[in-house]
Amino acid sequence: MTSRLSLALVIGLLAALCAVPLIAKVFGFAFLMTLFTRIVILAIAAVSLNFILGYGGMISLGHAVYIGIGGYTVGILAYHGIHSAFVQWPLALLLCALFAFITGLLSLRTRGVYFLMITLAFAQMIYFLTVGLEKYGGDDGLTIHQRSTVGGLLNLSDKETFYYVCLACLVLCVILAWRMSLSHFGMVVRGSRSNDRRMQALGLPTYWYRLVAFVVAGVMCGLAGVLLANHTDFISPEMLSWTRSGDLIIMVVVGGVGTVLGPVIGTTAYLVLEQAMSGISEHWQIGFGLLLVLMSIFRRGGIAALLSGLRR
Amino acid sequence: MEDRRKYLKHTAAVIGTRAAAVLLAAAAVFSTSAMAQQKVRIGFVNTFSGPNASIGIDERDGFEIALDHLGRKMGGLEVEMFYEDDQQKPEVGKQGTEKLIQSQKVNFLTGYNWSNVLLASLKPAVDSQTFLISGNAGPSQIAGELCSPYFFSASWQNDQTPMALGEVLNRKAVKSLYIVSPNYAAGKDMAEGVKRTFKGQVVGEEYTRWPGQLDFSAELSKVRAAKPEAVFVFYPGAAGAQFFQQYNQAGLKGQIPLYSVYTTDATTLGQIKELALGTLSTQSWVQDLDNPVSKRFVSDFRKKHKRYPSYYSAQHYDAAMLINSAVVAVKGDLSKKDAMRDAMRKADFPNTRGTFKFNSNHFPVQNFYLQEVVKDTEGNLTMKTVETVFTGHKDLFSGKCSMTW
Amino acid sequence: MRLFVEQCLNGIQFGLLLFLLAAGLTLVFGIMDLVNLAHGSLYMVGAYFAATFARRFDSFVLGLLLALVAALLLGIVLELLVVRRLYPRDHLDHVLATFGLILFFNEGARLVWGVAGLTLPLPPFLSSVVDLFGVPYPAYRLAIITVGLLVAVFLYVLVQHTRVGMLIRAGAANREMVGALGVNIKLLYTIIFGVGACLAGLAGIMAAPILTVQVGMGESILILAFVVIVIGGIGSVRGAFIAALIVGVIDTVGRAYLADGLRLILNAAAASTAAPALSSMLIYLMMAAVLVVRPEGLFPAPGVRR
Repeated sequence: MTSRLSLALVIGLLAALCAVPLIAKVFGFAFLMTLFTRIVILAIAAVSLNFILGYGGMISLGHAVYIGIGGYTVGILAYHGIHSAFVQWPLALLLCALFAFITGLLSLRTRGVYFLMITLAFAQMIYFLTVGLEKYGGDDGLTIHQRSTVGGLLNLSDKETFYYVCLACLVLCVILAWRMSLSHFGMVVRGSRSNDRRMQALGLPTYWYRLVAFVVAGVMCGLAGVLLANHTDFISPEMLSWTRSGDLIIMVVVGGVGTVLGPVIGTTAYLVLEQAMSGISEHWQIGFGLLLVLMSIFRRGGIAALLSGLRR
Repeated sequence: MEDRRKYLKHTAAVIGTRAAAVLLAAAAVFSTSAMAQQKVRIGFVNTFSGPNASIGIDERDGFEIALDHLGRKMGGLEVEMFYEDDQQKPEVGKQGTEKLIQSQKVNFLTGYNWSNVLLASLKPAVDSQTFLISGNAGPSQIAGELCSPYFFSASWQNDQTPMALGEVLNRKAVKSLYIVSPNYAAGKDMAEGVKRTFKGQVVGEEYTRWPGQLDFSAELSKVRAAKPEAVFVFYPGAAGAQFFQQYNQAGLKGQIPLYSVYTTDATTLGQIKELALGTLSTQSWVQDLDNPVSKRFVSDFRKKHKRYPSYYSAQHYDAAMLINSAVVAVKGDLSKKDAMRDAMRKADFPNTRGTFKFNSNHFPVQNFYLQEVVKDTEGNLTMKTVETVFTGHKDLFSGKCSMTW
Repeated sequence: MRLFVEQCLNGIQFGLLLFLLAAGLTLVFGIMDLVNLAHGSLYMVGAYFAATFARRFDSFVLGLLLALVAALLLGIVLELLVVRRLYPRDHLDHVLATFGLILFFNEGARLVWGVAGLTLPLPPFLSSVVDLFGVPYPAYRLAIITVGLLVAVFLYVLVQHTRVGMLIRAGAANREMVGALGVNIKLLYTIIFGVGACLAGLAGIMAAPILTVQVGMGESILILAFVVIVIGGIGSVRGAFIAALIVGVIDTVGRAYLADGLRLILNAAAASTAAPALSSMLIYLMMAAVLVVRPEGLFPAPGVRR
């Protein structure tokens, strides 16, 4: 989407997101801040998944594992008294990159449903690892008693500061994903999705391109994990269960697969809808489930496609 | 060309305003009503779904009987209750706690049946300086290094009840014991508690997956192979019923006596039925305790709900009375948190235990009794006090707590 | 030694339960190329039906049979209404739709049967202990093993020696060709999905007395079922059988003996936390290894080109 309409949409969305803390303060809705911080953080994860799923056609049912790796790095270091973001965050991202690289080497030799299952397998292995880590709470989870410190520059315990940090990260990630998708690199990845043989026949080592994309997505999702751990002050194996990975896929699909803003819109829609519907009725999940079923049958590209359809 | 540009600008404006409207609408959905300090707002986090919903319901019923006795007012202010379901999951309980603090702006938090849920929910409560009265869970960490001026326990510390049971085993001259317990915060505390006082030999320890594992065939095979003199278990809720049935199915019932804590009680006897008759366990409150508050509680509960209350509900009755004592002491001015804390520390409130004092870490100092499953005169299953095991028992972790008062 | 035999039997019992679940899943996956995340929901609903009917008619066996019929009907209705429309769509849509179905069924179960869950008490003739070559073993678990083996034999006969079975094998190998040959593919798919649902329901029914019947009980076992069909080979019932036994035994025996082994280096609680985690990791490691080395699985349906 490169029309002026999409620029207006971007600016509108950004303005709305920036306005959240003000609205929350003016109207006294503390919970709004909590909700939207969560939306922004999960949107980062959705953007990262969209990069490999939307552009690269690699459907991973284990993407939440990076949220877990990022989160647990922060949590475990915090447990041992290491709170500096300058130590925690780079280490978390490095571990994500390593894990993505090694598992990617193996997973990317498969395609389609086998890729789905092997990414699930690796995620489940880490899930059970975190469950088995008795010292760090195992199934009970681990409370993080102090958020990452940024050497006195920023106070991440302040809700508004933290929100803007997350928002800044989201904007960076969206721009990065967008530029990458339009670059030569991105073209190869997208081409590999529609016709891998032809790309290879053109002399392009698609395997390595896809591996790089996979690693970038993993690192970006790890950032989401780092932020989520700080946001909830709590880590648990639940963060990387396969149902979380499923949630991410839904957010991406609902928003619009392979579009720049799709993941952000999808995450917002999914989480806001969830909150709103649960306020209306205890049994909201019936309606929500039906909605997803209908969407899958009649899907024509998600919300983003709906919006771009306004052009015509 | 001009038309197109106008059209695009128009659409952008529309979208922009629509987005803002959606945001405001969303905000409105999450809004809370304007409140002046005219009510006492109490948040209640417990398990209301899944196989252990009966415990959450029992605890809520106990709290509600207390509210009935108080005329649903504390210190002249009306009481407003907000119930959140934790689905027995720490993350969900934590989120529920946060919602109660931020959206409903509660003055007190209570409930918390499970130790892992409580541990995850403690930080938001303490950070927001909201009083949290635990009606059941008593993890050792909160009795020790995580103790807080905003936390009070109306129940016990996890290790205490099994310590009493270990003492019982000594009195019965049991020499070898096999422990089976769920693998989470409370399960580990319970096992540790028994080991603290038991003088014989622990010939086996098995920890099972919690809450998922309800199939104990592997563990029961090991128990049979080890041939201990007695078996100790801690399986609250539905798992307890399952364990008893499988113990019986495995043929162990007649062979090896089964001792337990929190496994045979008013919430599970309905499912375990006659299999539980004669089972011994320890607890800080029994249905037949001889004090006026307890007697009134039991009879009113039975009248209203047509079933016996469990210690779960008795503890929550006490929690409600504790909160009331604080509100009454400040005459309804809930901003006087220090005064409320002082009032609660005095532990001067009608309670089902009879005698009640607080340790320095805000955990109760109380008696523990040996109880047995019997049939009452009408043929219902209930518990009967056999003897007092500990008098005025203090938990072991107050040393790690840095609070002094 | 006796303990080891008991643990192995427990493992086989668990494996056969997994097989019941995996058999339907592998057929649906292999023949209709449908990723069905809601298979676990059929398992759960089967268990609920069993508990309800057994209570209503005060008979375990009658409840079981009625629940089977109900599960079959539910499967057919689901196929006609929803699943049928998913065949032409891609896997992403399958994930989306079946995820939605999980939510729908979970909440629906809460609505219909309440939030607390149900229990299914065993009839006296199944609550006893049987002496199996000197090893006392619960009668009910023996019953599960028996039923599992019977179903395996039944499926074998169905797939290898009947016309429908031939169509199933052909469909697994080359779906388009079967359609082109004039077989009523729609009917075949409906039957297959229905049978799969019935098997999932049976697994739920059998599991109900030993686990409590509650919302969400399908999710955790579903994942293991997926592992089983990947290891065994998508589309292959025989592969599902062998893989299910392997997974069941490793999980049970691993849980039991790893804990003891770990106790040498860790304390009891840590060992007990780590052991089930490790044995689960082992299973996933196995699946990953199979996928990398032999992505078609150990016993793939012949002629499968993926």
